[in-house]
Amino acid sequence: MKNKIILSLLLLFFIFCFVILYKGLNNSNIYVPEVKIEKTLTKFNSIDLYSENKISSDQIFVDSEYYVLNIWASWCVPCREEHPKLMKLSKNKSIKLIGLNYRDNPKNAKRFISEFGDPYFMIIKDRNGTISVDLGAIGVPETFIINKDKKIIKRFLGSLNEKLLNEINLITK
Amino acid sequence: MKLSTFFLIILVTFSLAKLSAAEKNEELKNKISKNIRCLICQGQSVYDSQSDFSESVKLIIENKLNEGLSENEIYDFLINKYGEWISYDPKFNKKTFILWILPVLLFVIGGAIIVRKLIIQKL
Repeated sequence: MKNKIILSLLLLFFIFCFVILYKGLNNSNIYVPEVKIEKTLTKFNSIDLYSENKISSDQIFVDSEYYVLNIWASWCVPCREEHPKLMKLSKNKSIKLIGLNYRDNPKNAKRFISEFGDPYFMIIKDRNGTISVDLGAIGVPETFIINKDKKIIKRFLGSLNEKLLNEINLITK
Repeated sequence: MKLSTFFLIILVTFSLAKLSAAEKNEELKNKISKNIRCLICQGQSVYDSQSDFSESVKLIIENKLNEGLSENEIYDFLINKYGEWISYDPKFNKKTFILWILPVLLFVIGGAIIVRKLIIQKL
């Protein structure tokens, strides 16, 4: 009788282990970051792409209700696809669109902007990618909505499409 | 002459101390980056990867070490930014306790079964 109880307990334990490990097998091993976040923006210093002046995040995020920070690079193919959407988004007067130029050659970045148009209120440089890591970004393109309290309220991985554009317009209304 | 020798000894001592601190930081940077997952790679650590993301993270680790942050503070910083997934050495918490407890439990139960069998055999 005692042996049977031990055996049943053991069996239950192994079934428990099996279920846990089997469930783990089905979990995705690809990193999926949270999109709805309420993290305060870390202070950073950067350089303006055109004026080459030093600028801090406190000077950038000052007087607007919402900011949309878009991480882009001239070498990034999805950024080219996204650019017309950003041109559209720049017409939204309730936001300030900030471009964060990620690990790029300034000459190529300027050429990209003169070729496809400038949707940004300001473009700042992230030469070594450390500002993007501070934001919690993993690559380009990536877009963050930041409110006046300097809190990141939403992030979009990959290039923006019409649906996401509408979502941004709705949030920043 | 003696004074110049004295200054030379001090200079060499300071240089060596600085060099050893830099070496220590480099070792620590490598150790941390081996424990940090490259989030855009398949099964590679930041140390192994040369992706833009990994290069930026390596630089962040280096900067934080130069700022005087400890190893744990750097892990906490990265976990705060990217979540527990970035670490190859997850901390003990409510989400990871099974991961830590299960092997110990299996070891204890297995050991108990073996000991029990041995005792029965002896009897």
